[in-house]
Order: sequence, then structure tokens, then C-alpha cells
Amino acid sequence: MIERSHHDMGGLPAGKVEPTEHDYPDWERRVDAMVQLLRGRGRITVDELRKNIEALPPEAYDKLSYYEKWITSLTQTLLQRGVITTEELGRKMQEVEKRKR
Amino acid sequence: MKPQFATDYPAVSTRFKVGQRVRVRKTAPLGHIRTPFYIRGHVGEIERLCGSFPNPEELAQMRDGLPAQPLYRVRFKQKEVWPDYRGADSDVVEIEIFQHWLERA
Amino acid sequence: MKDQGKYQPLTYFQLMETSLRELLVEKGLVTDEQVNAEVAAMRARQPERGARVVAKAWADEAFRQRLLKNGTAACEELGLEIPGLRLVAVENTPQVHNAIVCTLCSCYPRVLLGIPPDWYKSRNYRSRMVREPRAVLAEFGLRIPESVQIRVHDSTADMRYIVLPMRPQGTEGWDEARLAAIVTRDAMIGVAVPKVG
Repeated sequence: MIERSHHDMGGLPAGKVEPTEHDYPDWERRVDAMVQLLRGRGRITVDELRKNIEALPPEAYDKLSYYEKWITSLTQTLLQRGVITTEELGRKMQEVEKRKR
Repeated sequence: MKPQFATDYPAVSTRFKVGQRVRVRKTAPLGHIRTPFYIRGHVGEIERLCGSFPNPEELAQMRDGLPAQPLYRVRFKQKEVWPDYRGADSDVVEIEIFQHWLERA
Repeated sequence: MKDQGKYQPLTYFQLMETSLRELLVEKGLVTDEQVNAEVAAMRARQPERGARVVAKAWADEAFRQRLLKNGTAACEELGLEIPGLRLVAVENTPQVHNAIVCTLCSCYPRVLLGIPPDWYKSRNYRSRMVREPRAVLAEFGLRIPESVQIRVHDSTADMRYIVLPMRPQGTEGWDEARLAAIVTRDAMIGVAVPKVG
């Protein structure tokens, strides 16, 4: 699992391709939008985003939805870049949670 | 060889020509890598020079990835990649691979 | 579950999205207007845009040659807004069938066709398409004869791929709009072929 990263799956055995689709809700579209805006402004690269997705634990990689992985990776990337701090994020999350009750 | 997409990054010179046989280096270092595990060690043929681009392995580590590396589309025969391949003998898989992952075959 | 009317509690990830966005706005890195505008721009990117390109390639031989030489320039000729896209069009012929996958993540010509379908990003597609393309295509209902070469393109770098399907029989004399209407997203990925009627 270290020599071959969990995401590097080409050629591995797998099941039938289920042709599922879903209409993306607004919060997922906003994740996509923030990624594109921040990339366009040179704040993050897609390579850092990919690296942080690849670094997810295998169970999370398999179970989280596409945009759950992206928002996690985007947040990690911005933390690594020093755009936000863990403390700021934690305080903001507490504030948002209180507000939404 | 003319790249399909020209870029103006300072770049390493191109080593390989269209049609040349190349082998993908067989190694498994850590880091963010865009050369899939399944193709490492295999021999294919240069199909085209895509252009020269900053190294994604370095970009992932918040470095600029320069000088840019030539990126090639490399064509592999499926029956040579997979021992149990079920399909036509002519079937191929084509992958974009950076020059530093390739050596002369 | 307690009925809370319209209010739905945020999941952990939705909480993260809201929190991150508010922090970025407070820091002046993005505005809500910009985020909404980008969401709207992405909604407007639909497979129909790619279908226009294919239809024109079918109707106009010189355009088809230009598309195969440089997909980005060809899209720009049609006035399509495709920022940063390096597009390579690969052509189906009676001897060759092309299909696209990204085994490492889910690279796709999003800026032309919009967000890719769930199955394209799935473990099963990404794992099996490079190894047993014929079996995967058969699951999509597409059987390619052994006499036809299958070329699978694994998008590992900066290029993005679109399949230029063969123009079906029975479309002689059709105008571009009518041709575009039979070009599906799945045909441009290579897991389907366009059908008449």
C-alpha cells in the first residue's frame, strides 16, 4: 500500500461498471468553483490537490464521494500553503454550526 | 520533433523521436507520480511529443517544476502489458509519460 | 427522524465547504459573486458543446483535419470558451475504436463537456478500462469486433481527450444541428457510438 499507492488502480481487478450519475447539489458545485478560482489565481495547483487526495486513508478514498474528497483536499492544500490555519478553520466551523441550529 | 502544444517554459531538451522504442523505468519512489504503476517496466513506442510541461511531481510539493520536461504519448501493445489480455492482438493503450521516466529500450 | 421542515443539518463536509468559503471571502481571496459566477459558468458547460465540434468535423472535412491536428484551436474557431484546455481529438475509423479513461484520478475535458459522470470516476471503470476494454465496453452495450483495434487513452498529464466518433450511415444531407443532436457524451468518451433515430 506504500509501494503502490491506493489511488493507482489501473489494471487491478474490479467489478461491473454501474452507469450511475447524479445531479450535483450546489455545495458540490461551489467546491468545484472554489478549486477553479483558486487555481486560476495561482493560489493552489491541481497537482497539490491530487497529492492530498492520494494521501487520504484507503477507506476514506473509497467511501467518500468525489466532492467530499475534493473539499478535504482543498482544505489541506490551503493549510499547507498557509492561506488558512487550523485554528481559524476550527473557530469558523464552530461559528457556522452554532448559526445553523 | 514538433510538439503538439508548444509552451514557453525553460525546458530540458528532447531525447526521443516518434517511433522510437522506450522503456518505462521500473521503480516505485514516494511522492506524487503521474506514471501509472501498471506500465512501469514496459516497453512502448513514442507516438508523439505532446510538449514540455513543468514536472507535476515537483508542482505537488509547491515547487515550480522547472525546467519543463518533455511529455510524450507512448503507445503500448496490450498483449505485452497484460499476460492474460483478452482482446485483439492489435489493441493498444496510450499514456502520456514524462521524459525522465523513460529510457532507451 | 425529527421533522425539521426545510432545514437540513449540514454534513461534516458541507460544514467544511461553508466554513472554508467564508474564510476565503473574509480574507479577500474570493467573493460570493465570483463563486456563484463560476458555478453558473460550469453549469453552462454541457456535452452539447462537444457535439457541435463533432458535427462540424463530420460536415466539414477541412475542419476535421484541423480538429485532429489541434483540438484546442478547432474549438476556439467555433467561439467556444475553453480556458486552459489542451484538447486532443482522437478519431474512430472502421479499423480503430478509441476510448478515454484516467486511471489515476478522473481527468476529463470538463471545460468543454462539463462535469464527468460518476461512473467515469469510479474504481471499476478506472481499474478495468485499461486492462479489459472490450469487456467494459460490452457492459455499456458496445461490442467492437476483433478486427477493429481498440486504443485506450489513459489521460495522465495535461492533455484532455475527446473521441471523434464515425458519422453513422443514414445521416446524408443532415445539417450540423441535426448531426450534433445524435452525438452523446458517452460517444465522445468512447463507450458508445452515435445512433440514427
